[in-house]
Amino acid sequence: MSTRTPRKARLATVWLAGCSGCHMSFLDLDEWLLELADRADIVYSPVGSDQKLYPENVDIALVEGGVANTDNLELLQRVRANTRTLVSFGDCAITANIPGMRNMLRGSDPVLRRAYLELADGSGQLPHAPGIVPELLERVLPVHELVPVEVYLPGCPPPAERIRAALEPLLRGELPQLSGADQIRFG
Amino acid sequence: MSVCTLQINERDVAVPTGTTLLEAARQASIPIPTLCFLEGLSAVAACRLCLVEVRGADGREEPRLLAACVTTAAEGMRVQTHTPRLQDIRRTVIELLFTEGNHVCAICVANGHCELQNLAVEVGMDHSRLPYRFPERHVDLSHAQFGLDHNRCILCTRCVRVCDEVEGAHVWDVGWRGEHCQIISGLGEPWGAVEACTHCGKCVDVCPTGALFHKADTSEEKHSHPERLQALVHARSHQEWSP
Repeated sequence: MSTRTPRKARLATVWLAGCSGCHMSFLDLDEWLLELADRADIVYSPVGSDQKLYPENVDIALVEGGVANTDNLELLQRVRANTRTLVSFGDCAITANIPGMRNMLRGSDPVLRRAYLELADGSGQLPHAPGIVPELLERVLPVHELVPVEVYLPGCPPPAERIRAALEPLLRGELPQLSGADQIRFG
Repeated sequence: MSVCTLQINERDVAVPTGTTLLEAARQASIPIPTLCFLEGLSAVAACRLCLVEVRGADGREEPRLLAACVTTAAEGMRVQTHTPRLQDIRRTVIELLFTEGNHVCAICVANGHCELQNLAVEVGMDHSRLPYRFPERHVDLSHAQFGLDHNRCILCTRCVRVCDEVEGAHVWDVGWRGEHCQIISGLGEPWGAVEACTHCGKCVDVCPTGALFHKADTSEEKHSHPERLQALVHARSHQEWSP
């Protein structure tokens, strides 16, 4: 048996257009997070790291949320270019889910007008701050419609046990084989 | 009673003449997934989930794809119910249903009790390989007790059939064509304006998704009750009125 300590996996979690519920569920892993910290370095995460720029050479990334604006899109492309195994994390990443419901209004302009003018009390104005407030994309898209995805982890949010069932094999360098209502049910 | 013998997944099965392939498979404890089919209502083969591969029918040797719910078993048929091709077709059917409408499980009245959601698990759909359409559809809340959300309707026509065949009111029908196809009440009127509706709620009881619902239901609160329809149909056909 080898006594060499295996290299710690470089793990990231990413938050695109979602409610952060998937990340809250990730935190629900509770004491298993301590074990995770022994087996992986959290190199980028809104709940586990102060790193602002997505790093290179990431082994596993959990990507929560649909792709709704130019910031989401740029970050996702950077994640894809620097990550070995991209996990589409939760229903928003996989189906666009609740952020995607704005797609039924047909385009970003009707959405902005509805939210900032029609429902405003008379003082409404459309947000316009180039370079500060990212532009909305015409449609919110699931992650895999824009970049290749290795693993799908459905759920709104995926329960902590389901996240662990995906991470355990990933930390061993294997792809998880998820099936059954406990592991792949939407909603 | 005459009997015919056929093979399902290489097993010999003998059934009375006139039995459908779906009934024959279920009698042999071979599960075939269904969605539009509901015991107690006529079979219409709308969803195509119960497609099976049939050889030896009409002397043909190449496998034919037939809907088990409307195909009558025949002597010498050889039926396969779970080939890789069929499993791929079934997953594709479910993906088509999810992407064709707007099915947002997380906020649905039927979340956790939905036949479409459960079938996605059964066929192994962890994502859709087809792009989502996000069609514009409306919600009819004109009825005093019930609502109809077209976003969640998969056009299985169970509501159309139960209202026509069991309630005898024929409030529901199918209107328009192609991507505009939808369930209509009356002559395309708001549900609440259709005088033929008896407010019995059978359509809500048999709806497999959250499309038809009680107005009092919020997310995860809708439970379908096909057993009520089946008890009624059984009582009528056997003249057995006490449970």
